[in-house]
Amino acid sequence: MTGPDRAPTAIAPALSWSARIAVFTRMFAVQGSWNYETMLGPGIGFCAEPALRELPGGPDGPAYKDALARETRYFNAHPYLAAVAIGALVRAELEGRPAAQIERFRTAMCGPLGSLGDRLVWAGWLPFCSLVALLAFGLRASPLVIVILFLGLYNAGHVALRAWGVNTGWRGGLRVAASLGSPLLQRGPQYLARAVLFLAGLALPLAIARVIGRRGLEIPSHDWRIALPLAALFAIVLAALLVRLPARVEGWRAALVVLAVLILISIAR
Amino acid sequence: MIAAAQLLPFSLLGALLGADVVSFPQAMLSRPIVAATLGGALAGNVAAGVLTGAVLEMVAMETLPVGASRYPEWGSASLVGGAIAGSHLVMRPGAIILGVFVGIATAWAGGWSMYALRRLNGVWAERALPAMEAGSRRAVMTLQIRCLTADLLRAAIVTAIALLVWTPINDYVLAHWTVGRAASHSILAAAAAAVAGGAIWRQSHGAAGSKWYLLAGAVLGVVLVIVA
Repeated sequence: MTGPDRAPTAIAPALSWSARIAVFTRMFAVQGSWNYETMLGPGIGFCAEPALRELPGGPDGPAYKDALARETRYFNAHPYLAAVAIGALVRAELEGRPAAQIERFRTAMCGPLGSLGDRLVWAGWLPFCSLVALLAFGLRASPLVIVILFLGLYNAGHVALRAWGVNTGWRGGLRVAASLGSPLLQRGPQYLARAVLFLAGLALPLAIARVIGRRGLEIPSHDWRIALPLAALFAIVLAALLVRLPARVEGWRAALVVLAVLILISIAR
Repeated sequence: MIAAAQLLPFSLLGALLGADVVSFPQAMLSRPIVAATLGGALAGNVAAGVLTGAVLEMVAMETLPVGASRYPEWGSASLVGGAIAGSHLVMRPGAIILGVFVGIATAWAGGWSMYALRRLNGVWAERALPAMEAGSRRAVMTLQIRCLTADLLRAAIVTAIALLVWTPINDYVLAHWTVGRAASHSILAAAAAAVAGGAIWRQSHGAAGSKWYLLAGAVLGVVLVIVA
């Protein structure tokens, strides 16, 4: 099925608010059908679908069917920054851009949206928010405060990034790649990395102290004075070992082994 | 102790937290600091839950949920860990150790279940391909809803099985626990902090002046520990 290509326009085509809201809401489930074959592809189609209904001929027309078929094909990106691609693709479809141009755009956007999102969110914003929560934990904040602080902070960034992404994609259309070169996006991961390192240095000793529990578990102070330095030394040695070991030796496996040994010793004594 | 009647609320919450990891809405409700705290609260001991959650959060900082990689599923696992740690109203020695151990072990199993589900999603997507290539709205919606439902079910099952398996083991281990609190919690905290520290250094050491930022934070952190 091939619909007639319409002339691209300089001004963004009209899109109803109900469609905009539906596209934005569906983006929270963009990875709902994630799989190793088409990856994010069906999710992109699922998110774009409410907007595609406004193509000439409506949801029964050939333009809708062609566009939906295109948008459900293989695609991969960071789930939050996929919003940029969704905004751009919806606009391109509504403008009636040639199918080949849209396919090229989809192929070209996978890499940049994946790597930028991984650096910005998974290696930057998420550890930053986790460390803020651990800092609050170390400073003896209540469980409710810790949970609200973490979820509020993280999701302020998360929702803002999705909203920025879909708006930027919609405004830029197939030329949106230029927006990804903005200084904030390019330098953001560097700034976040420094903040994460500072926060790690600050939060981890406080969190260790609370877990060992000088006050909370009423451990005698002489025990605590021995336990804390020894724990710090063990942590530094193990961390150095984990950094130097090949990447496939994952820390959570090492922690699992350490705890298994501790449990066995404890019940066998 | 967690009774069999409590399995339903735990499984329902586990389903939501497990789905949050990838499928919907990725709002990080599934992070251990949140999920384990909820698990502890639901079991009746929120203090044990948040303690378990903080330790698991440190361990989970290593996990980057990047695309096709296989990684532990922390959502339902942390709920189970928090629930196991908080399953006794009075925090017994070893309770947090068990909670964290159960959390990590369940996350490992949960990761495998997520891998299996993604394979199954692939089979369903392949079957739906001809209809999707014909531009069928119904095929797209059915695939999305089927996969989302399957993920909810997966996480609910992981939560229920983990609680059924670990609850009696937890009771047995706690009844025979001998290592003191200071020693066991020191080992636990050190192992978790090592994983977190190592992971953060691996991810962020490329930034200019990285070691100075880490050092400045550490000096301030140690001073706060001493004076607090």
